[in-house]
Amino acid sequence: MGHDHPHDHDRQHDHDHQHDHHHGHDHDHDHDHDGSALSEVALRVRALESLLVEKGYVDPAALDALIETYETKVGPRNGARVVARAWSDPAFHAWLMQDATAAIASLGYTGRQGEHMVAVENRPGRHNMVVCTLCSCYPWSVLGLPPVWYKAAPYRSRAVIEPRSVLAEFGVTLPDETEITVWDSTAEIRYLVIPERPSGTEGWSEDRLADLVTRDSMIGTGLALPADAHPEAAA
Amino acid sequence: MTADRLAALPAIPRDADGPVFREPWEAQAFALAVRLHEACLFGWDEWAAALGAEIKAAQAAGDPDTGETYYLHWLAALEKLVAAKGAVTDAELADRKAAWDRAARATPHGEPIVLGRELQAP
Repeated sequence: MGHDHPHDHDRQHDHDHQHDHHHGHDHDHDHDHDGSALSEVALRVRALESLLVEKGYVDPAALDALIETYETKVGPRNGARVVARAWSDPAFHAWLMQDATAAIASLGYTGRQGEHMVAVENRPGRHNMVVCTLCSCYPWSVLGLPPVWYKAAPYRSRAVIEPRSVLAEFGVTLPDETEITVWDSTAEIRYLVIPERPSGTEGWSEDRLADLVTRDSMIGTGLALPADAHPEAAA
Repeated sequence: MTADRLAALPAIPRDADGPVFREPWEAQAFALAVRLHEACLFGWDEWAAALGAEIKAAQAAGDPDTGETYYLHWLAALEKLVAAKGAVTDAELADRKAAWDRAARATPHGEPIVLGRELQAP
C-alpha cells in the first residue's frame, strides 16, 4: 500500500439541488498508484471459492445469502461505542473530528488494514453518507462485515447520482434544504458517519446510547434510533 | 444451520446467537463448508473430524488455540477435504491462488479484482 501517497481529504461529492451532479467522477487520478494486494489467507479462500463455483459445487448466490445472515456477526461493531462516546464526551468528540484514527484507536479499535479513519458528522441541514463507488472499501474493523447492498453495483452508482432516492428506499426522508454529502472511500481513507444524537437521551449512559446507534446510521443510510426505540424504554 | 450441527464442531467462536467472525474471509470459509456439506460433498461428522484433526495437529505444533487461529485451521481442513474428495486438487488450488495474486497486483485500487486482468492489454 502506498502510504506516502498524498490524500485528498476533501474529495467528496456535494449534492445540494442547485448542483450539477456530473462533475467527472474521476477515480483514476488517485487510484493508479499501485495495485491491490490480497493477504495470503484471502488468496487461499478466493482460490478455493472460485474453483468450487466454476466446478458447480457451490452456488455463489447461496454463499452470499449465508454470509448475509451473519453480516452483523463479522468483526466487532465498535463504531456504536465510538459514536456514543462522541455524543457524551465533548473532548473525545473534538479529538474524533480532528483525528479519528487516533481517537478510535484510543478505545482499542484499530483497523487491520491500516486504513486512515475520518469522522463526518450529521447535523441539522447536513447529512453525510458513505459509498465506495468502484469497489467496497469499508471500515469493517469498526462496522463489521459490509452489508451485501453496500457492495452491490446499484448502491455504489446511485448513491452518488441520486442520494435522496437511495435514502428514501432506506426509509430516510430528509428536509429538502438538508445538504447531502456523499463520501467516497478509498483504500487509505474510510469514513465513519456520526449520526445526530436523538432527542430525549439527555443523561443517558454510553452503553445505553450505543444501543441506538445502528450500523446503517454510521454509513449514513439510516438515522440513529429514537429514544423510545430503546429496548429498555419505559413503557 | 442448526445449533446441533454447530455444537458438533470443536469450540467454534460464537455468541448466544451463533458463530462470530473476526474478518470477512472467515465468514466466506465458514459459508463454503456449510454449502459444500449441503451439496453432499461431505457429511457433517466427516467435516467435524477433519477440522478436529487439523486443530489437534496445530495444538501439537504449539498453536496457542486462543480462537484467533480457528478459521486458519478451518480453511486448512477444507482444502484437504475437498482434495480428498477429488473436487479440487492441490495443484489447481496453487495455480488459482497464484492467478488471484497476479490479478490483485495488476488491479488499481478501486476496481474489482478479476481473474485474467493482468493478461488484458491496457
